[in-house]
Amino acid sequence: MRSARRPWGQIVALAVATVLVVSPFLWMISLAFTPERDAFGSVGLLPAHPTTANFGTAFADADLGRALLNSGIVTLIAVLANCGAAVAAGYAFALLPFPGSRALFYLLISTAAVPVSVTLIPLFLMAKSFPLVGGNDLFGIGGSGLLDSLGGIVLPYLVLPMNVFLGRQFFSGSDPTLAEAARIDGAGEWTIFRRVYLPLARPLVAVTAIFSFTAVWDDFLWPLVVTSSPEVQTVQLAIARFLASGNVQYGPLMASAVLATLPVLAVFIASQRSFISGLTDGSVTG
Amino acid sequence: MTATATRPGVTYPEGRTTVRPRRVRRRWAGVLFVLPAGLYLIAFQLVPVLYGLGLSFTRYSPLSRSGPRPAGLGNYARLLGDAEFGHALVVTGRYVLQVLPVTVALALGLAVLANRGFRGVGLVRSALYVPHIVSLTAVSMVWLWLYSQHGLVNQALGLVHLQGQNWLLDEGSALNAVSAMRIWKALGSNMVLLLAGLQSIPAVLYEAARVDGAGPWRCFRHITIPGLRPMLTYVVAMDVIFLAQGFAEVFVLTRGGPLASTTTVNYLIWTRAFQYNDFGSASAMAFVLFALIAGFSFLTIRGMAGRRS
Repeated sequence: MRSARRPWGQIVALAVATVLVVSPFLWMISLAFTPERDAFGSVGLLPAHPTTANFGTAFADADLGRALLNSGIVTLIAVLANCGAAVAAGYAFALLPFPGSRALFYLLISTAAVPVSVTLIPLFLMAKSFPLVGGNDLFGIGGSGLLDSLGGIVLPYLVLPMNVFLGRQFFSGSDPTLAEAARIDGAGEWTIFRRVYLPLARPLVAVTAIFSFTAVWDDFLWPLVVTSSPEVQTVQLAIARFLASGNVQYGPLMASAVLATLPVLAVFIASQRSFISGLTDGSVTG
Repeated sequence: MTATATRPGVTYPEGRTTVRPRRVRRRWAGVLFVLPAGLYLIAFQLVPVLYGLGLSFTRYSPLSRSGPRPAGLGNYARLLGDAEFGHALVVTGRYVLQVLPVTVALALGLAVLANRGFRGVGLVRSALYVPHIVSLTAVSMVWLWLYSQHGLVNQALGLVHLQGQNWLLDEGSALNAVSAMRIWKALGSNMVLLLAGLQSIPAVLYEAARVDGAGPWRCFRHITIPGLRPMLTYVVAMDVIFLAQGFAEVFVLTRGGPLASTTTVNYLIWTRAFQYNDFGSASAMAFVLFALIAGFSFLTIRGMAGRRS
């Protein structure tokens, strides 16, 4: 860039690093198509006798179809809730401040720094005594509440505090005079949000959706704690239980890992641009 | 502007009589917009923190009918003499200190290399980011194979005639093996953030330094590092927060073993709470971990960012 000659040394170093970083995934894919009898020998990058049998085994033995559906439902609900509630709250914190809103904002986003193990047990107990579901009465007594249900899994994901932060960051950078103009035209605040700012906030909604998607799809500890029966397990739980269920079969295991990875990978590839720029704009890791 | 101008009297400039109600209404609108997310976060993020703090001062088994019984500081006092907890703290500390410096240094190197405009650099950045978005559970599966008897690591060692071993089954190597996996996993997100930090440093500074005859090392030392400090601080603090909570990778790769050599605090908390039904003790551990993470992040931020201003 700066010098006229190409920085070949750097390009080679970067290429080697990239291959090293990506190679575990290449082996994951390779093993997923390797017959079980070959998997314990020396496995090459290209399977000698490629097969799709491992995927069948994964679906049959790990009940992966059900698990993918469960993860899909939970993730979809969480994404929609975040794109609605978190975006709206971020908007108000940036453009519709009210007395105390600043303090409330910092209070709410500070919860992002709380370790999951701190809220794990309380959330478990709250899910258990959630009123009027799972045999519970109005006071949350009598049944198992939201334990071992998809509702229980989705409970802590509906608004991720980081998304409220991202929302405020985004709308703080948008033009407040648009709202003034619309107000003079007599528009209500909801109309201003829906018709003026939301259409301009598509990158924000995309980033919020992607964050929520990967965070919820990939989470492991909460579903592990809140569910117990195979019928409600998420895909991450399914592959971990599949591993623990008996002798390790690398082929079917990698096939299930590939299937658990494909949705996030697809979302990432489809939205790479907003993903990486959204990450760096808001400065968020996860 | 497709506004619904239905109310009369809004076309004239804001008069004294209309300003107040409108501003008040705007405030209420703000409250309403915040309400769903705000109530939810208070109920399911803030209240659980207080609830958990309360539980940490009780003895409570979810199987008992009696509910939590007050225990004062008993759980915390017992943690002081709890060898398992002490060991888990050491393991967690070692894990953070083994992963963090290596991953940040490698990520910084990669960020500097990728901070160049050549064809395909976007693809490289995305590829390096992929391990970050894939779940810990799924990547741990692959590493389980990489570390296995006939896995890639031992195959590669065999090529140079070195003796392979069962990396995850040996007390001496298991935590190092998990750490190596996590270094790889954390590389991408750190790199992307540091890259953003690099790109926020004005190019003029480099031009000026070069005119003054500074070489690449001095530019790195006196422009890149100071300019990167805010982002570097952020990256280190976030890494501490996430690494100190290691769980899924331990669950999949080693189940905390062998001989508790990979039992992190989070893994121990989960075991205590959901295998041994000791909610009080587990809650106390969670708050000790919370305090340590908060303290460590605070020191990081003070030490790295505070010095400059």
